[in-house]
Amino acid sequence: MKRGIEVSLAAAEAAKLSRVEVVAAYPITPQTHIVEHLSELVADGEMDAVYVTVESEHSAMSACIGAAASGARTFTSTSAQGLELMHETLFIASALRLPIVMAVANRALSAPLSIWNDHSDVMAARDCGWIQLFCENGQEVVDSIIMAYRIAEDNRVLLPVMVNLDGFLLSHVVEPIDFPSQKEVDKFLPDYKPLFTLHPDRPVTMGAYATPELYTEAKFAQEQAILNSLPVIKEVFKDFTNRFKRKYNVVETYNLENSDTVFVAMGSINENIMTAIDELKKEKMSCGLVKIRLFRPFPFSEIASLLEKKKNIIVIDRAMPGGSMNGPVFNEISAVLRRYDVRGELYNYIVGLGGRDVLPDDFISIYDEVTKSKKDKQKLKANYKVIGVRV
Amino acid sequence: MPKPMEEYKWHELNVGCVVDEVGSARDYKTGGWRSLKPVWEESKCIKCGLCWLYCPDAAIFQKENGYFTANLDYCKGCGICAHECWPRAIKMVEDEK
Repeated sequence: MKRGIEVSLAAAEAAKLSRVEVVAAYPITPQTHIVEHLSELVADGEMDAVYVTVESEHSAMSACIGAAASGARTFTSTSAQGLELMHETLFIASALRLPIVMAVANRALSAPLSIWNDHSDVMAARDCGWIQLFCENGQEVVDSIIMAYRIAEDNRVLLPVMVNLDGFLLSHVVEPIDFPSQKEVDKFLPDYKPLFTLHPDRPVTMGAYATPELYTEAKFAQEQAILNSLPVIKEVFKDFTNRFKRKYNVVETYNLENSDTVFVAMGSINENIMTAIDELKKEKMSCGLVKIRLFRPFPFSEIASLLEKKKNIIVIDRAMPGGSMNGPVFNEISAVLRRYDVRGELYNYIVGLGGRDVLPDDFISIYDEVTKSKKDKQKLKANYKVIGVRV
Repeated sequence: MPKPMEEYKWHELNVGCVVDEVGSARDYKTGGWRSLKPVWEESKCIKCGLCWLYCPDAAIFQKENGYFTANLDYCKGCGICAHECWPRAIKMVEDEK
């Protein structure tokens, strides 16, 4: 049965259903209700976990690393500057192969100060060796957190997982969400059995120094781990789909077949794009959507096969390139198309920065611009276009 | 480590590079970093053991006769022992190899 609940609270409930044992979090801005609700659940005795209130996000991730190293199932959550403050420790979590799960309510970075949604925070942390999932709605947030532990703790993976949900657009809205029962989750998610733990009975060293003779091999091994996680992620998605009857794929599509023009996007904006596609359908125009659910490891061959033979490929970015030629998602897609020799016209639109609304009509305009106006096409191909900027 | 570091292949490393062998730091000989080495003048040494106490690498040990010396496999030549030795019994000298 579905329950109307704020998505942040639902994310906390998902952590509880996952039987998280340690939560370490910095409790004030830029925090969300996710850890606030977890602190309530722990304080009220509804959740059997240790809740560590730390002095910064850097300490939050450090405490999670310590807890995970001692064998605990660990959760935290952050946003924006908080994610950047824990930046260096993100790399330590992934290199030590600790299966921490973190919900990131994606928000813009200062300056100028903003608390609203875009993907600037996660894009700055995209290459830190974490598995990264993007959610479209509240149900996906709940399901992704539960699946994240199954993926992270699999002995073939052992990597931290970031579950991205759009700040405010998802984190602060109330949605009807179907919660699996504790019994069902327990069956799906077995206890975490770590390979190594910090315990005085069997001393080990974690995070030792590597000389130039070993560092390359260590990083190579870590890279193999994240690449090899892809089949495990698919396996977990499939098992979840079978058990809970909600379908998950690393890349999902909408109206893709028989559409020459397709959008490629991540996160909650996909719902607006689908609305735009439905509107276009009424006008007898066909447009498709490729939704990237798994951003790291990047499912390149899956995306290449979906984009094959498409005429216009419109990549939506939610962050400024910072001096790069294009937005970060575009750069990934562009590399994939080149590598797999997929020939389509590529367009890059940057939308919805710092909480700027992007409505279905905006996507219809983009569709029109790409498919109809020959003149603008040349101008567009050069680089990217920022939607809504007053010039 | 059962074999030298430069012989390890990537798949032979433990997950997360965990070192599950206790006391394996002993296998890593840091003496190669050294350019100066400590030399004791035993006539000045009062056997107080401050050099032994301050050595950050635990590379200094007491000989049977009660005087001190450094294990050059691990001594990095930092000179802390010479700095702390108040009777000035330790001199740092060029380590020629």
